[in-house]
Amino acid sequence: MNAPTSVTIRVDGRSLRVAEGTTVAAALLNDGWLEFRRSVSGESRTPLCGMGICHECRVIINDVEHQRACLVTVSEGLRVTTSAATP
Amino acid sequence: MTAPSRSDVIVIGAGIVGAACARALAREGLRVVVLDADFAGGGTTAAGMGHLVIMDDSPEQLALTALSMESWRELRSTLPVEVEYDACGTIWVAEDREQRDAVANKQAAYREHGIESEVLDAEGLYAIEPNLRSGLAGGLLVPGDAVIYPPRAALALLDDARRHGAILREGCRVDAIVDNGVRAGNEVLYADIVVNAAGAASAALTPELPIVPRKGHLAITDRYPDFCRHQLVELGYLTSAHVMTSDSVAFNVQPRATGQVLIGSSRELVGWDRSTNHVVLKQMLDRALQFMPSLSRLNIIRTWTGFRPATPDKLPLIGAWTPTRGLYVATGHEGLGITTSLGTARLLTDLVVGRMPSIDAAAYAPTRVLTSVSAGL
Repeated sequence: MNAPTSVTIRVDGRSLRVAEGTTVAAALLNDGWLEFRRSVSGESRTPLCGMGICHECRVIINDVEHQRACLVTVSEGLRVTTSAATP
Repeated sequence: MTAPSRSDVIVIGAGIVGAACARALAREGLRVVVLDADFAGGGTTAAGMGHLVIMDDSPEQLALTALSMESWRELRSTLPVEVEYDACGTIWVAEDREQRDAVANKQAAYREHGIESEVLDAEGLYAIEPNLRSGLAGGLLVPGDAVIYPPRAALALLDDARRHGAILREGCRVDAIVDNGVRAGNEVLYADIVVNAAGAASAALTPELPIVPRKGHLAITDRYPDFCRHQLVELGYLTSAHVMTSDSVAFNVQPRATGQVLIGSSRELVGWDRSTNHVVLKQMLDRALQFMPSLSRLNIIRTWTGFRPATPDKLPLIGAWTPTRGLYVATGHEGLGITTSLGTARLLTDLVVGRMPSIDAAAYAPTRVLTSVSAGL
């Protein structure tokens, strides 16, 4: 069996190599990322449902705000911005 | 808390107009009871955009909105932060040269009331609202206008009324207005003065009032801070709002304190059908996209409808309703009730206590309706 091909994405400016076919949410969680975004009142938020329903995993992907990380598959050069990098 | 069997004033309706009237009357030392069929601020007040705006559709409308804005500015520092008072100003957006040249008249009318405004050319417009489409001609910036969260504002006004002795009873549906009182279920409550401030529902209690529910749709997006910074309204809005006979949509977007963008507006006369009309909703959003194409990348998280209490002559009904003893009305504000609630309360209170109002009350007198009925108009 061949090893899965990997791609490089950038998370808050830092490079991360992940297996092709991984969702952005899985890529971040596998890397030990916990806080994806903050709620209106400033609480930490992380993926809950993993299937696009709860909207807890929203991040900025390629400059587009409020993208659900669990529904986007990684691709070469994809840029992710989490709450850690936003004011 | 039980209401005393007889009070000085009963206000029917704890929307923003009823709340403002209750507050102003309680501050005069009158014993006020406010009754709401549902809960405070839960009707039309909760459905609207919350724009505090100077409007010059008619001289009377301009006088009332100017008086009201003066009151909002006085009140501002006392309002809790949850009211989200944001003095973001309004930009009336001009699509072409003709519209932009016409804003000079608007500016002159505003100036007569001491209201500051600034004509923007296209460059000036894009400098402060870069997400508007290119090719627009400019606009008129009214920096004194503001945005609030209306249901919370209604509660703040009611809190103030209660500090001055008023009593609020929610879930108390008035079935009928009688001479110097109301009937609500098995109860009859009496007062020297009854104020029908039931908004879109006020004609159910005073059937001669020519008030119809004028339905509107709104959509709100997720949070995109600084997507727009002012309340933006197309200059064609006044035409759209004025024509009563047909359905219409107009471009009107508003930045919320949360970073959300509130998108309006539509007008329909379809009775009390509150279901979403997807055709109208699409027209409304298409209109918004014509002015702000990049709205298309924003997620809308909720849409809803509400009913404006509309009158045939586009002015509210404020003052004594002479056919019924002790009855006053404060209703028919259509889409302007959030702004004009405070001016209405001032006017009504002056009339109730027998003071000369600071603006001519005749134009808003509810009895004009009786005159037009008897004249066969």
